Amino acid sequence: MDYGTLRGIFTVLIFVLFIIIVLWAYNKNRKSSFDEAANSIFDDDNNDNVNKDKQETNNNV
Amino acid sequence: MSQSNLTEIDYNYNVVRQFTVMTVIWGIVGTLVGVLIAAQLIWPALNFDTPWLTYSRLRPLHTNAVIFAFGTSALFATSYYVVQRTCKTALFGGKLVAFTFWGWQAVILSAVVTLPLGLTSSKEYAELEWPIDILIAVVWISYAIVFFGTLLKRKTSHIYVANWFFGGFIITVAVLHIGNSMVIPLTLTKSYSLYPGAIDAMMQWWYGHNAVGFLLTAGFLGMMYYFVPKQAERPVYSYRLSIVHFWALVSLYIWAGPHHLHYTALPDWTQSVGMVMSIVLFLPSWGGMINGIMTLSGAWHKLRHDPILRFLIVSLSFYGMSTFEGPMMAIKSVNALSHYTDWTVGHVHSGALGWVAMVSIGAMYHLIPVLFNQGRMYSIKLINVHFWLHTTGIVLYIVAMWISGVMQGLMWRAVNTDGTLTYSFVESLQASYPFYFIRFVGGVLVVTGFLLMAYNMFKTIGAKDGSLKQEAIAA
Repeated sequence: MDYGTLRGIFTVLIFVLFIIIVLWAYNKNRKSSFDEAANSIFDDDNNDNVNKDKQETNNNV
Repeated sequence: MSQSNLTEIDYNYNVVRQFTVMTVIWGIVGTLVGVLIAAQLIWPALNFDTPWLTYSRLRPLHTNAVIFAFGTSALFATSYYVVQRTCKTALFGGKLVAFTFWGWQAVILSAVVTLPLGLTSSKEYAELEWPIDILIAVVWISYAIVFFGTLLKRKTSHIYVANWFFGGFIITVAVLHIGNSMVIPLTLTKSYSLYPGAIDAMMQWWYGHNAVGFLLTAGFLGMMYYFVPKQAERPVYSYRLSIVHFWALVSLYIWAGPHHLHYTALPDWTQSVGMVMSIVLFLPSWGGMINGIMTLSGAWHKLRHDPILRFLIVSLSFYGMSTFEGPMMAIKSVNALSHYTDWTVGHVHSGALGWVAMVSIGAMYHLIPVLFNQGRMYSIKLINVHFWLHTTGIVLYIVAMWISGVMQGLMWRAVNTDGTLTYSFVESLQASYPFYFIRFVGGVLVVTGFLLMAYNMFKTIGAKDGSLKQEAIAA
């Protein structure tokens, strides 16, 4: 097998792999665990008692 | 935020604090050197006839200071913070953690000494000579051990997406740095590349472009995926998109390097591969940009009151803009006009000052009060002033460089009917002077913003623990 064919096969392999990743990521069964992951960064805020970390102006500068 | 919450898990915030403070300090130094060399282009006498202050020696100092001192310190700070918070465990590595801080500062200081002395390997963004390169490699591998060690001992089952980006950035930068820095040392301060001719050029831009792709993009996307949702108090727009765009980004970026070598000794087909891959790269780049900006969907009003969020979101706008401009400039026929002109300089700064600096500044303003036990920064008004100084500075900078760059490109390629050049190089340089002045003014605004940030930071650090509360009217 020459170099060109090998590269062609490699390209197709990567493409198939990418399709698998897309299908995996957009699979309905994974929705809830992804939602959980996306919200995980807020876990540590629940027991903060001083206005969380939020910094906003209150005089609309 | 009360201290007891922070110490529930014994997070190592010390190293995060050190890197955070140094980020701001190096931000001032790096941009100040940038302003000095911008001024030298208008008033050449500003090198004071001193070899150490010549443009050619200070320019690499400027790029190294902003990328490796400012940007990379910001990445160290945020990655160490995010990996601990999202894995709910303290940093792995014991003394190695402190070594990464002091080792990295030693790298920067040796750059500050050797570059003005004229010691350089002459590879762009990889100018440092081989002994420093070895130190960089050692520090970087320690960084990888600390980061991945922390991931391994995590208390959560899932690895949050920001860590994927940080991890990708750490691994790839190690590979790039070690690959491109292969040299045969002649003396302690002089070495020659292991690679010959066009291969050396290809290695250099494989490194150079992926320093942009992994250090200045993937790393800062990691920062974005934590601090944008956190500051907006909303989860990321699409977690699925973040996964798909991560894999697309890391598998495509590595191919784009040849677009830095259009119309050179590099084989034609390699240039075309680089061009095509750069154009495709537009998709994952915009995937990230859309994901970040849309996190605010339904909560746009927050931008009105929160200058920190404004820094973060405007950084994404600049990211979207420069990742549209980049693929366009990678097209060979466009590149024939833009290459070697100020357009490239403008493009780089729309990415560096717009995307990298703004997302870092936003993250630092979020981080400083948390790290120093305060409810907010000392002055929110000053953050707002900083935002407008920085934004105005960038706009002046990139608009001036666009006009100057396109003008240079057109003047250089203009030919008379008999085939001779219409303009001499000096004529194009003279035409650029007004734009160099506008760029200089833009740079001064950016440095002023950084100085305000430093003042605000030290006031916040100096304040009594917990004395700055959100209810208080901003000073």
